[in-house]
Amino acid sequence: MAKRKPFQRMTPGDVVFTAFTYLFVCFIVLITLYPFIFIISASISDSGAVARAEVWLWPKGVNFNAYSRVLEDPKLWTSYANTIFIVIVGTIVNLFMTTSLAYVLARRKFSARRVLMMLITFTMFFSGGMVPTFLLVKNIGLLNSRWALIIPAAISTYNLIVTRTFFEGIPDSLHEAATIDGANELQIMARVFLPLSKPILATMTLFYAVGHWNSYFNAMLYLSREELYPLQIYLRNILIEYEMSEMMTDVIQDRDEVSQTIRYATIMVSTLPILCIYPFVQKYFVKGVMIGAVKG
Amino acid sequence: MKKKTERPPASGGKMRRIGEIIYRERYLWLIALPGILWYAIFTYGPMYGLVIAFEQYSPARGILGGPWVGFQWFLQFFNSQFCWQLIRNTLLLSIYSLIFSFPAPILLAILLNEVKCGWFKKAAQTISYLPHFISTVIVVGMVVNFLAVDGPVNALIQMSGAEPVNFMAKPEWFRTIYIASGIWQGIGWNSIIYLAAISGIDSQLYEAATVDGASRLRQIWSVTIPGILPTITILLIMNVGNILSVGYEKIILMYNSATYETADVINTYVYRRGIGIGDFSFGAAVGMFQSVVNLIVILAANTVSRKVSETSLW
Repeated sequence: MAKRKPFQRMTPGDVVFTAFTYLFVCFIVLITLYPFIFIISASISDSGAVARAEVWLWPKGVNFNAYSRVLEDPKLWTSYANTIFIVIVGTIVNLFMTTSLAYVLARRKFSARRVLMMLITFTMFFSGGMVPTFLLVKNIGLLNSRWALIIPAAISTYNLIVTRTFFEGIPDSLHEAATIDGANELQIMARVFLPLSKPILATMTLFYAVGHWNSYFNAMLYLSREELYPLQIYLRNILIEYEMSEMMTDVIQDRDEVSQTIRYATIMVSTLPILCIYPFVQKYFVKGVMIGAVKG
Repeated sequence: MKKKTERPPASGGKMRRIGEIIYRERYLWLIALPGILWYAIFTYGPMYGLVIAFEQYSPARGILGGPWVGFQWFLQFFNSQFCWQLIRNTLLLSIYSLIFSFPAPILLAILLNEVKCGWFKKAAQTISYLPHFISTVIVVGMVVNFLAVDGPVNALIQMSGAEPVNFMAKPEWFRTIYIASGIWQGIGWNSIIYLAAISGIDSQLYEAATVDGASRLRQIWSVTIPGILPTITILLIMNVGNILSVGYEKIILMYNSATYETADVINTYVYRRGIGIGDFSFGAAVGMFQSVVNLIVILAANTVSRKVSETSLW
């Protein structure tokens, strides 16, 4: 960030401005955090207190009943397992497809480089749209298969371009030296470029993994068998469609009262993994955006 | 794959030269092959699939098997009672997000850059990026639960003595909720790119401005904003280019038949008609209308920008 001399004199206007700056940033921080704090508190509070709107910041009547009900639901675990499968397999496919194509597109002497880049960039601005894509997936027989969430999403053009930009930053001289040593392109990619590309590989892994973890739309389009539903579809049914398993609300009378805390607990159970790893991996995401920003 | 590795037949000058180039680059082609095939099938395949927009498609007859109907589906859409409501809703959501959601991260980036306290700035950044990693389902789930009739927002309203509002069923509230939750999701994350641009500004410019006695507000106006203008322009073009494709994944989660009046946009309609009811040809035609308009708008925006500000996508 641009540095300014610390001893620069502040005019009254500057003081007002600085105060406004800090107030605004604090406001954004609070607005961002408050929903999470509320949900954490509400999810471990007494369901009656939540229903009577007595919980605002701190939990009241701490108990973990809502969590035990959420965790008892076998559908949660099926959907969790489905999501984990898709995140792992999907991200591996993503990395393989993205890095291989990006490597080739980064080779300046590759004859089809310009044409391919144009064809690929064009897909960012024009697409066949939802219906033809759906029919394609249907016609190649991927409906109601986990692969429908993996193969059609195998490459994100934005990520491809970011990866290519990174590869282009690796000096050509390394490539030439390896060629002189008699290595072919496959070997150069695997032994020279990929080991130098750990930061971008980490970033791409995270981008793709979070994308798979969070996506629901393709699952809604392509899957209709409940045992294949990923976490996000399960969440949609509970949080938005207000569906509740019988297991979760055994007593019909307290259905409404209990359901609020159960929904908050469901949010926590499904968001916790992301909240836990987020602080540690955040810088890789930022790096990815920075590399992307260079090329616009 | 075999074709790429075999020696080309020795016939014809030009073909032969192309063959030789491909042979020389055979490993590169081999590496690129999965990706090229993927693009051919999963991006250009659906573009080819758009031919069903001009015919009476039925799954049994296949993509080229339906009788040709020309522009019938397009005309049916333009003449339907929904057409203008859909276009209006889509445009209004896009325009509101250009007015409110687009500048918000710019403002945050500029102000974050003025925060001189290192740890506070870092913490604020980390926290503000967080909502970007929360799935749309969860975000909408939070919104729905907070704004529910028995939710906390209505509890506040009732405490102040007013009647509770069923926000999610009120068309007049939809746009506000959509845009506000969108800002919450994106303000921090989208500010990264502007912070990167600001960090690229030559610090001598600020020193010179300080020597000239410019106040901090003045420095923002005369140094920071001009410094990030190219970035703003590029992102603006991209945003304008998506003017007809608002975040339908989020809308599908947020809307219901009570709010269609303001919430139904072209893509959600395509989803309900094309996938939900199975009007494949009609859905493809409406989707194609949207894609074509988007393409035209982005080309136009890029041309205008190149003329006016010398910044453009390509």
